[in-house]
Amino acid sequence: MAVGLPENIFITKLDAAANWARSNSLWPMPFATACCGIELMATAASRHDLARFGAEVMRFSPRQCDLLIVAGRVVMKMLPVLQRIWLQMPEPKWCISMGACACSGGVFDTYAVVQGIDRFIPVDMYVPGCPPRPEQLLQAVMDMQAKVRRTGTVMGREFAIRDMPAGPAPFDSDERYRIEDTRLVQLGGFSAAATSAGRGATQG
Amino acid sequence: MVCLTELQQKFGSQIVESHFRDNRRIDISASILLPLLTSLKTEYGFNMLVDLTAVDWLEYDGATDRFSVIYLLLNLDSGERLAVRVPVNLPDAVLPSVYGLWRGADWMEREVWDMFGISFSGHPDLRRILMPEEFDAFPLRKDYPLKGRGERHNFPVITRSGS
Amino acid sequence: MTDGRVPAGVSDGLLVWPLSMPLTPVDTLETPSAEREYVWTLNFGPQHPATHTTLRLVLTLDGERVLNAVPYIGYLHSGFEKLGEHLDFNQYVTIVDRMNYLSPLANEIAWHHAVEKLLGIELTPRCKYLRTILAELMRMHDHLLNLGTTALDLGGFTAFLYFFQQREHIYDIVELASGQRFHTSYTRVGGVLFDVNTDWINRVRKFIREFPKVYDEVDRLLTKNRIFVDRTKGIGYLSRDEVINFSAVGPVARASGVERDLRRDEPYLAYADLDFDVICSRGGDCYARYLVRMQELLESLKIIEQAVENIPGGPVNIGVESDMVLPSKPSVYRSIEGLIQHFEVIMPNRGYEVPREQIYAATESPNGELGFYIVGNAETRAYRARTRPPSFIHFSMFPHMIRNHQLSDVVAVLGSINIIAAELDR
Repeated sequence: MAVGLPENIFITKLDAAANWARSNSLWPMPFATACCGIELMATAASRHDLARFGAEVMRFSPRQCDLLIVAGRVVMKMLPVLQRIWLQMPEPKWCISMGACACSGGVFDTYAVVQGIDRFIPVDMYVPGCPPRPEQLLQAVMDMQAKVRRTGTVMGREFAIRDMPAGPAPFDSDERYRIEDTRLVQLGGFSAAATSAGRGATQG
Repeated sequence: MVCLTELQQKFGSQIVESHFRDNRRIDISASILLPLLTSLKTEYGFNMLVDLTAVDWLEYDGATDRFSVIYLLLNLDSGERLAVRVPVNLPDAVLPSVYGLWRGADWMEREVWDMFGISFSGHPDLRRILMPEEFDAFPLRKDYPLKGRGERHNFPVITRSGS
Repeated sequence: MTDGRVPAGVSDGLLVWPLSMPLTPVDTLETPSAEREYVWTLNFGPQHPATHTTLRLVLTLDGERVLNAVPYIGYLHSGFEKLGEHLDFNQYVTIVDRMNYLSPLANEIAWHHAVEKLLGIELTPRCKYLRTILAELMRMHDHLLNLGTTALDLGGFTAFLYFFQQREHIYDIVELASGQRFHTSYTRVGGVLFDVNTDWINRVRKFIREFPKVYDEVDRLLTKNRIFVDRTKGIGYLSRDEVINFSAVGPVARASGVERDLRRDEPYLAYADLDFDVICSRGGDCYARYLVRMQELLESLKIIEQAVENIPGGPVNIGVESDMVLPSKPSVYRSIEGLIQHFEVIMPNRGYEVPREQIYAATESPNGELGFYIVGNAETRAYRARTRPPSFIHFSMFPHMIRNHQLSDVVAVLGSINIIAAELDR
């Protein structure tokens, strides 16, 4: 924000007003990859109406959205794209990880699927289910609204303090063992070629 | 109807036919693959290539070859189906491409290359199709583990404050 | 559009096209010349608004006209076929569900059709009719979404909402049968998970009664709509020879004059007893594919109506003496034979005998011929479970279909060939 205030001044009423406005007009960025995308569309359709929550405006451009909904499994070819989309979104932004595959890899514990996007993207809300019922997604949106109202600030201070990766360590011991055992993947070599988004990101 | 004795007269007697349920299969060797498939398309009317796939026999008891490439053919006018099975072995797993006969083989052969490492000579654009270009293993081979070798998590992490 | 790619003149989707269209070469990239020096590249990236999820096209454009389109896929490749080698036949059905996620039960029916052919099982008549009804409901499910999103991508939001409401009714029916609205995992080797009762039958009858009204409304909205027709007629033309050479199947092939439908040509389940038409067109363009799918909705309704009225009684699973199905829970808890049979099926070192053979079996899924090539290895896991994915093969035709069309036609053509990324990439 353009208001140049020192960090230890709280503008409570302005915060509350900004949070109210932001929570009731969360514009989703639907990052719909697989089956959860169909349930996302069903949530936006007429029976479970997402428009009641001010969120029917699914702008597909990340520059105009504030809520990234990752619906569906993210494979390793797609992860750099996801990271780039996340970096392109302007603050304030939040992320909902919808479905078991986005939360933890789901049924697909295979060579290609990332076991949870929270290993690489900061996630605010997790929706379990395979796929989650539209009612569950609506509950997640409502909880997201409550979270924004509760912890939001006009200056976005709540984002600056989270500097650790949110999910499990990207390399858990099982993976490390597999890598050391076969010595086939050069750490960093594969990812440097794969991610151009990664060059701009900081390491937590 | 394709007659086995006619094919054997034209292409040699090492063609073996078998039946299972209602599938009809012939096992041939790679040397007669392209002439046989051309003849099946032009003379016997198998105008659609239904599928082109491969199987890795590494963990199968009693297997003699490393891979089999299977061509599933269909004659649209008579409804007749035929499966043509070709054994392929390492180190040089190369087969002639059937892109010139059926354009549908384009991506099917690319997928077999990507997943198994069997290349097709004469294919206009044989590169990886499902895995990323930098990937260096062949996932559907039996010696590649299900959970991979760490490629899936080899990415930088973006934190809240850094984005 | 009259640039040599598509026959000039008016068509209504049902006229006879010249069937001698030569195959044009696909992969020549037109280099900028003095007359056409403004050639630029657009990345229609893996994240895009056309609701067909993760596929990527690199378009080479001359202004608005597409000169070449190179597709890149694999952004949803999850290792389905590798999983098929590690999961049981009854466990893999949960994965197969997630392939063509617009019509999950159709994939399950195709998978178990192939498995049961490998094992040589004959289903009970009631199971055949039940699976037929569910397969046709899923055909409607898929077509409703495809037509709805085609309309959505071309700007007609209303048809999308109307069709999604009907899909919710189908979700209710499927949920009543299996407990889950989306990925049901309902079929099992030798039968289905639960039987259905008359309440379910009445629900299906209610749906059959009420669907034609909605169909008429959307038909009036779209079929003769000047904007819709202008955006889809003559776009993405495929001739009959091209379609056969590219191995296309399903509504895409039938809309170009290939009269092939596995339900009629190689009847499976209860289709041999039912009376239905195979919908074909000779138009070959997006409008013809739209018309074929709309009419197939009505044909599916006809099939469901006949099957529901004639559904036989009797058991829905094959007998427990085959050691392939679970016995009923009361008999498991109250009789020693039931307990032993349960043990035999569930325990990992037991199970039934699977022939060490290879088989290919296909069914007519909403997208075309969905076949499975299964290699059995004497255990209840497949040694190789290959899916023959219609979407994968249809997408390879895309560069051929989109030449010399406008950029805005890309969305119309993508919608009409019904590409589902999970089936495309597996």
